[in-house]
Amino acid sequence: MNRIVVLLALLLFLPLFGLAAPFLLPGNELLASGTLSHLWNFVLGGYIASTSVLILGVGVGVFILGVGNAWLVASYDFPGKKLFEWALILPLAVPTYVMAYLFVDLLQFSGPIQTTLRDLLGIESLWFFPDPRSMSGAIWSFSFCLYPYVYLITRTAFLERSGRLIEVSETLGYSPLQGFVKLVLPMARPAIFAGMALALMEVLADFGAVSYFGVQTFATGIFKAWLSFGDRVAAVQLALGLLSFVLLIFCIEQGSRSKLRYASSSQSRPLAKVLHGRDALGAFLFCGGTLLCGFVLPAFALLQLLFKQGLSIDIRYLDWLSNSLAVSILTAVISVVLAIFFAYSVRLNPRLSWVNRLLGFGYALPGAVLAIGILSFLEIFQLAWWMSASMLVLVYAYLVRFLSSSLQSVEAGLSRITPSMDGSAALLGLSRLQILRRVHVPLLKRSLITAGLFVFVDVMKELPATLLLRPFNFDTLAVAAYQLAADERLAELALPSLTIVLVGLFPVILLSRVISKS
Amino acid sequence: MVLPLYAQEAKELNLYSARHYQTDEALYSDFTKKTGIKINRIEADDNALAERLKSEGANSPADVILMVDAARLWRAQIDGFFKPIQSKYLESRIPANLRSKPDPEGSTWFGFSTRARLVVYNKSKVNSQDVDTYEKLADPINKGKICTRSGAHPYMLSLIGAMIERRGELATEAWAKGMVANMARPPRGGDTDQIKAVASGECAVALANSYYLVRLLRSTKPEDQEIISKIGFIWPNQKTTGAHINIAGGGVAKNAPHPQAAMQFLDYLASDSAQEYFANGNNEWPVVKSVKIENEGLKILGPFKAENISVAAIGKNQIAAQRLLDRVGYK
Repeated sequence: MNRIVVLLALLLFLPLFGLAAPFLLPGNELLASGTLSHLWNFVLGGYIASTSVLILGVGVGVFILGVGNAWLVASYDFPGKKLFEWALILPLAVPTYVMAYLFVDLLQFSGPIQTTLRDLLGIESLWFFPDPRSMSGAIWSFSFCLYPYVYLITRTAFLERSGRLIEVSETLGYSPLQGFVKLVLPMARPAIFAGMALALMEVLADFGAVSYFGVQTFATGIFKAWLSFGDRVAAVQLALGLLSFVLLIFCIEQGSRSKLRYASSSQSRPLAKVLHGRDALGAFLFCGGTLLCGFVLPAFALLQLLFKQGLSIDIRYLDWLSNSLAVSILTAVISVVLAIFFAYSVRLNPRLSWVNRLLGFGYALPGAVLAIGILSFLEIFQLAWWMSASMLVLVYAYLVRFLSSSLQSVEAGLSRITPSMDGSAALLGLSRLQILRRVHVPLLKRSLITAGLFVFVDVMKELPATLLLRPFNFDTLAVAAYQLAADERLAELALPSLTIVLVGLFPVILLSRVISKS
Repeated sequence: MVLPLYAQEAKELNLYSARHYQTDEALYSDFTKKTGIKINRIEADDNALAERLKSEGANSPADVILMVDAARLWRAQIDGFFKPIQSKYLESRIPANLRSKPDPEGSTWFGFSTRARLVVYNKSKVNSQDVDTYEKLADPINKGKICTRSGAHPYMLSLIGAMIERRGELATEAWAKGMVANMARPPRGGDTDQIKAVASGECAVALANSYYLVRLLRSTKPEDQEIISKIGFIWPNQKTTGAHINIAGGGVAKNAPHPQAAMQFLDYLASDSAQEYFANGNNEWPVVKSVKIENEGLKILGPFKAENISVAAIGKNQIAAQRLLDRVGYK
C-alpha cells in the first residue's frame, strides 16, 4: 500500500525530474552561469522585492475579503445573505489575466473613468489618480480575483463548526469581535491558511496578469532567462528559487495545522444571528462591495465589450467550448479520486505526510515551467510526439499542477473529522469501509465537491501549460482568449472570456445547492 | 469528407504557427479549398513552439513552422528546425534580403510579409521634427514624453538588435539610457495601448507596430476614429538608415512527415491570393512586389525607406540587446 502511494506520487513528480535533466545530461552549453550572474547583478533583487510586496499585499487582501465575507454569511442573517452566500464564489470563474485586462482598461489614463473626470475638471492629468498599471493595481485586482479560495474553504469550516460559538463567546462576555478573534479564527485557521496558500501560489505562478500590470516578479525572471536568453538551465534554477518561496508558505501553513489538536463534531447547523439597522447595512455593504468589484463590474465590462462587438459568434466557438469542458471535467474527476486516495493514505499512515506536502509543489510551478519539465522528460524518452497525438499529456500536466488544490480541500475536511470519531465508530463495531461510508462521506461531501470545483475551474482558466502541450487543433476557451489578446483584440476577447466565467458558474450553483440542502 | 487512411502522402499538413491573427482563418481554409489538403494546427508564441520542437526532436510531426519575428526565425535556423529547400518559385517571388542566405542545399526560411516600427505622436503636444528618428526619441528635449511596450518583447528586442548592428553596443546602450530617462511611464501594455496612450495625452510619443496602427486607421468604430484624429505618425530615419522592419515567415520542418504538402503550402503563401490577403486581411506588407495592395490604411502610410539589415545580425544580437536593457533598467 505504502509503495503504491509513493509510486503514484513519484509519477506526479516526473516533471520535476525533467526539470533537473538539463543538469544531468551532457551536451548542454553552460550558458546558465552567465545568465544567472547577469540577472543577479541587474534585476533579480528587484524581482524578489516586488514578489514579496505582492505576496504580502495579496495575502492581506484575500484574508480580509475571504474571511470577512465567510464569517458574515456563515454567522449572520441580513438582507441579501441568500444571494451573497453563493454569489461571492463567482470571481473564482474570472481568470486573473482577464481581470487584469478589464481592471486596467477601466481605470487607465485613456480609460473611460479618467477621461470623463479630466473632461469634467478641465485639466490635463489627474496626478492624484492612482495608476492601475502598478503594484497597488495588481494587489487590488488579484485580491478580488482570488479571495474566493479563502472564502470557500473558510466558510465551509465556519458552517461545520459547532453551531453555538457566538453564544459561547457571549456567555464568556466577549464582544463579537473578541469572540471572533479568540474563538472563531483559531478554529478556522487550517482552512484559512489552506485557502491563502492556494491564492498566493496562484500569484507566484502568474505571468500573464503581472506582466500586464507591469509588475516584475520572480516569474518574470524565469521567463526572461528562458525566452529572452534562451537558457533553459537558468530558467530552471530560478524556478527552483521560486519554489523556496512556496516552501516558506507551506511551512507556515503546516505549522499552523500541527498546533491544531481539537476539532468540533457538532452536526447542528449554526443559528445565524439576525442583524438589524446599521449592522445589517454594514454587512450588506461589505459583501455587496466585494461582489461588485470582484464579479459584477468585470462581468458588466465584458458584456459591454460583447455588445460593442455585435454578436458575431466565431465558428470555432463550439470547439473551444467542448474542448474546455472535456479536459476540465476529466481532470476534476481524476484529481478528486487521487486526492481522496492520498489524503486517506496519510491519515492511515501519518509517516507518509511528506508525500502530500511534496505533491503541493506542483501548484506553485508556473504553468510554463511545469510544461518545460514535462517536455524535457518526454524528450529524454523520445515520447514528445505524444503531445500531438492525444490530450493525455495535457491532463497529466493539469493533475500535477492542480492536484494540490483538491488535496488541500480534502485534507482540510478530513482534519475536522476527529480521531475520536473513528475510535467511537470502531467501538460500535463498524469496519473501516463502513466508517468511510457512514461517517466520513457525509461529513466530507462538501469538501469533495469543493475540491472538484476548484480543479474544474482552474483547468478552464489554465493557459501557459495548455499553450505548450496541447494536441493539434485543440484550442480551449482560455487559449482563444489569449490568442485574441496577443492580437490586441480586446473586444473579441469578451466572448471566450465571458464563457469561461459562465461555465464556471454551473459548478458554483451546484455547490451552493448542496450547501443549502445539508 | 472522409480521407483515405493510407494515401501516397496523406492529404494533410501539420502546421506550427506563431502567427496569432484571427484573420488567418481565411488563409488556411482557402488553401484547403484549393488543394484538398487538411491543415492541423498548433498556434502558440514563437518560444513555446521552439521549446516544443526541441523536445520532439526527430519525431516531431511538424511539416511547416511559421514565426513572426526575424530574430526567432534566425534562432530556429540555428537550432536546426528547418529543412533547406530548393524552390525556383519562392526564390523568384521573394526578395533575397527577406529570406535566409541559401547554402548549397537551399534556403531554410522565407519571409512572407513585413511590418515596420514607426513613431506615433500626439499632434498637440509634439513638434514632428523632434521625433523623426529613433535616435531623437532619446534626446533630452523629449523628457517625460516617451511610451513603449516592454523591452523584453521580441518586437522591441529586434529593433534594438538592429540598432546594435548599425551603431554598435555602446551607442545603443547610451540610447536606451536616454529612452529610460525620457519615459512618461514605465513600459507596459501592447502596441495598441501605446497608440491609445498617445491619443489620450498620457504620453506624447510612442513606438508602435504598423499593422496595429493600420487596423485603427481602417476601423469604423467611433472610438477608434477619435484616437486617429488626435495622432500623427512618422516614418523614422528616412534621411538616413530607414525605418526598422520585421518579418513574418517560415519554412519546412526538418523531419516533415508530409514534405510535398509543406512545399505546396509555402508556394501558396507566396502566391498572389495569399499575399493580397496578408495585405488586405492583416494589414502587413506583402513581400512580393507585384502584388496589388487594396488596403486604404496601408495606402495612408504610403511608401517609405526601410532599413536593410540582415536578419541573421538581428538574431545574433538578441541576447546582447536584452542584457543591455537590463543594465540601463529598461523594463
